[in-house]
Amino acid sequence: MSNTNDPKDAALGGAAASPSAKGHPADTAGAEPLTPETTDAAGAQHGASDVPPPPRSTQILKEIFGGSAAISVLAVLLALIFGGLLIVMTDEGVQEAAGYFFSRPADTLRAIADAVGGAYAALFRGSIFNYLRPDDLVAAFRPITETLANATPLIAAGLGVALAFRVGLFNIGGRGQMLIAAAAAGYVGAYIPMPPVIHLIVALVVGIIGGALWGGLVGLLKARTGAHEVIVTIMLNYVAFYLVSYLLRTEGALQAPGQNNPKSGPMLETAVFPDLLGPQYNLNLGFILVVLATIYVWYLLNRSAMGFQFRAVGENPHAARVAGINVGSVYVKVMLIAGALVGLAGVYQVLGNFTGGFAAGLDAGIGFDAITVALLGRSKPWGVFFAGILFGALKAGSYTMQAAEGIPVDIVLVVQSFIVLFIAAPPLVRAIFRLPTPDSSFRWRVPSISRTKEAAR
Amino acid sequence: MSAVTTTPAPSTAESTSVTVRSWKAPIAFAIFTVIGAALFLGLGRGGDTTYRLSDGRDAIQLPALILPSYATGIVAVILMAAAAVGAFLLVRAARKVPLWLTTVFALVFLLGFLTWAAAGATVPLVGLLAGALTVSTPLIFGALGGVISERVGVVNIAIEAQLLAGAFVAAMIGTLTGQPMLGLLGAMIAGALVSVILASFAIKYLVDQVIVGVVLNVLVIGLTSFFYSTYMVDNPELFNSPDKFERVAIPLLSDIPVLGPILFNQTLIVYIMFVLVPTVWFALFKTRWGLRLRSVGEHPKAADTVGINVKATRFWNVLLAGAIAGGGGAFFTLAAVGSFAKEMTNGAGFIALAAVIFGRWDPIRATLAALLFGFATNLQSTLSIVGSPVPSEFMLMLPYIVTIFAVAGLVGMSRPPAASGKPYIK
Repeated sequence: MSNTNDPKDAALGGAAASPSAKGHPADTAGAEPLTPETTDAAGAQHGASDVPPPPRSTQILKEIFGGSAAISVLAVLLALIFGGLLIVMTDEGVQEAAGYFFSRPADTLRAIADAVGGAYAALFRGSIFNYLRPDDLVAAFRPITETLANATPLIAAGLGVALAFRVGLFNIGGRGQMLIAAAAAGYVGAYIPMPPVIHLIVALVVGIIGGALWGGLVGLLKARTGAHEVIVTIMLNYVAFYLVSYLLRTEGALQAPGQNNPKSGPMLETAVFPDLLGPQYNLNLGFILVVLATIYVWYLLNRSAMGFQFRAVGENPHAARVAGINVGSVYVKVMLIAGALVGLAGVYQVLGNFTGGFAAGLDAGIGFDAITVALLGRSKPWGVFFAGILFGALKAGSYTMQAAEGIPVDIVLVVQSFIVLFIAAPPLVRAIFRLPTPDSSFRWRVPSISRTKEAAR
Repeated sequence: MSAVTTTPAPSTAESTSVTVRSWKAPIAFAIFTVIGAALFLGLGRGGDTTYRLSDGRDAIQLPALILPSYATGIVAVILMAAAAVGAFLLVRAARKVPLWLTTVFALVFLLGFLTWAAAGATVPLVGLLAGALTVSTPLIFGALGGVISERVGVVNIAIEAQLLAGAFVAAMIGTLTGQPMLGLLGAMIAGALVSVILASFAIKYLVDQVIVGVVLNVLVIGLTSFFYSTYMVDNPELFNSPDKFERVAIPLLSDIPVLGPILFNQTLIVYIMFVLVPTVWFALFKTRWGLRLRSVGEHPKAADTVGINVKATRFWNVLLAGAIAGGGGAFFTLAAVGSFAKEMTNGAGFIALAAVIFGRWDPIRATLAALLFGFATNLQSTLSIVGSPVPSEFMLMLPYIVTIFAVAGLVGMSRPPAASGKPYIK
């Protein structure tokens, strides 16, 4: 069980960021107006999955070859084609032109190209570089920083979900952990004045502890009573939602004094994450914290004794128990850390994003998006990092798409889930593109919760 | 020979007695008794609680039931304490705490709570229970779909997606054709289509079933919201104003006091549910189809050995489960609300999933669990009108907390179908 390949994995994953900007023209040419951010993430996966085979076991070797770079690129491509189909289906220009398709078919084709091209060009303008504003550098470069800002909570929450995955736990409780962490950090940030730097640190720590406790509760219940973590996390999401809703409409708790709306007061200046690139960009300290969190999770999983236990339990809890690992305590520990990571996303939302005061909808679906981020990142720290950036780009671009082309932002959810579905089923992608099968016994493998069910006690 | 047969017998008896002697039920009873005592006696409220048993329109008028709040609380706490002691004695005698005792305990607690919370006010009992049934109906459909799917060995996290797809398609087709029946049919097909994705990914491509389920939920939310924004928002009269199912009062039965207007003055979908629950139970446990289905979910290899086609059985039954859940989704748009709205199922699929597990993968118990959750949700809206001392958020939290207690305490050792969640590879 050596883990010699993993630092390379991470190094390559990190290095992939720069070459990936150039894209992979060979993979994407002539199929669809692909925007660079897709090749960006594809390149990231390329880097993450194109590593030398690990000596651990043939199973993982198969997995990495099976989920090859081509599959990841093609999955993103397929998802964008599906997104394009949706756009075409609902575009008025296309519907109009299709009305006289048989007299002038070229019109329909042109309308289709206009609709899809316009949509994806808007996505590019909103997420990477706004080429319509070359005179104003701030406006031109803001989209890429928006992408990173949108990616920040996705990465943090994605890491929390991914870490639990590696132990074989399915952490659907992102929403609850975010809400509790946000409420705790928001209370400190808005109502307890403190000196500058200390305030930020205290608010951050209190929030992360809140998330950790909410997550650790799940691990404790699982370890002590065998309660199924999927059910407990789903239920705790709602408990947290109603608890925070109650606090937000109770004066003296979270509600802004003298207000009627269920909304907190604004964060004090001393508690707000400082901007990294000045006030004209939204990128702030949160992004640095998330990079540090990614490094920490990588270190934890690949370099620490605790991470070794985590992975051992994730591979086979029975074997881990026989080997002398306290499986119950691993469940508690991993859910504490996972809750803390998801909590970081919640803290970011209140101290970095909604600094003017937050409402109960502050999680903005990130708790669930985090699951897709973790899956796309294959539960590896750097994989999650780049998956988060891809989804952050989709999110940032979707608003431009809605404003410029009138395409509802919900299309991002569709594209996102198609990407994960295709990534999850390499045989399907191979069948569509008629690629050769590397090994017929391949199966994309995540520690399945079914295996941990019996290990509960 | 006799020696050979008798030796394993004590060991199995011993192992069952070990698993049966679980102290969770008495402990949970005791906790709820203490909570009850603290609320009903410690924070006791004077005054009477009036339960209105009849609506003005009912054929047979019953007088209102008036309970003194504090006295009822005392009686409830005594009964609950007795049940807790009874459960304690039963477990010490290595016997199971029967389901009826748990049910009675829950009912007494609920009655005590309701009487305490609504002290000095009037509770429209018929409206409360009828509303609870309305909230519960989609939950029950979803739970039945979940039970069938999990019994055949495919974990169904996508109940939410099936409900939402059903609700959307029912609204769309119901409006386009003007026929609620066709809308219902479309909803069932939509639910089945969601299942096709679940089944093909889980069975053919061997992707982890929980993952497919979670992704399907996101996908269906995205798709329905996208089409809702592009079609329905601008042209509601063209795409989003289906004819609702009419309420049909069953003659005579609907005149029964209290129960009549609740159970027998309902829409077609609720009547379908009344038939469906016992049918699913009977089919699962008394027919060849059910035996095969359960064998595939418990031990696919054995089932395969005796000639059952595991993959086909799983595929078609997951489709059936999706169709049932999708039909439940139609209830939102064709009976309860009358139009589709973004993410209108609002987590009902997850409550249905909780009901499946709370109900231990049994259609009858899952239905009871769904009814309990529906009741608790509806209780909150009634109490907020009556004006209760409990903040409404805490009432809304109740089903979820109860479920956590149940999963951790009462059914902590519940066993899912053995092969649920595991793909079958020959």
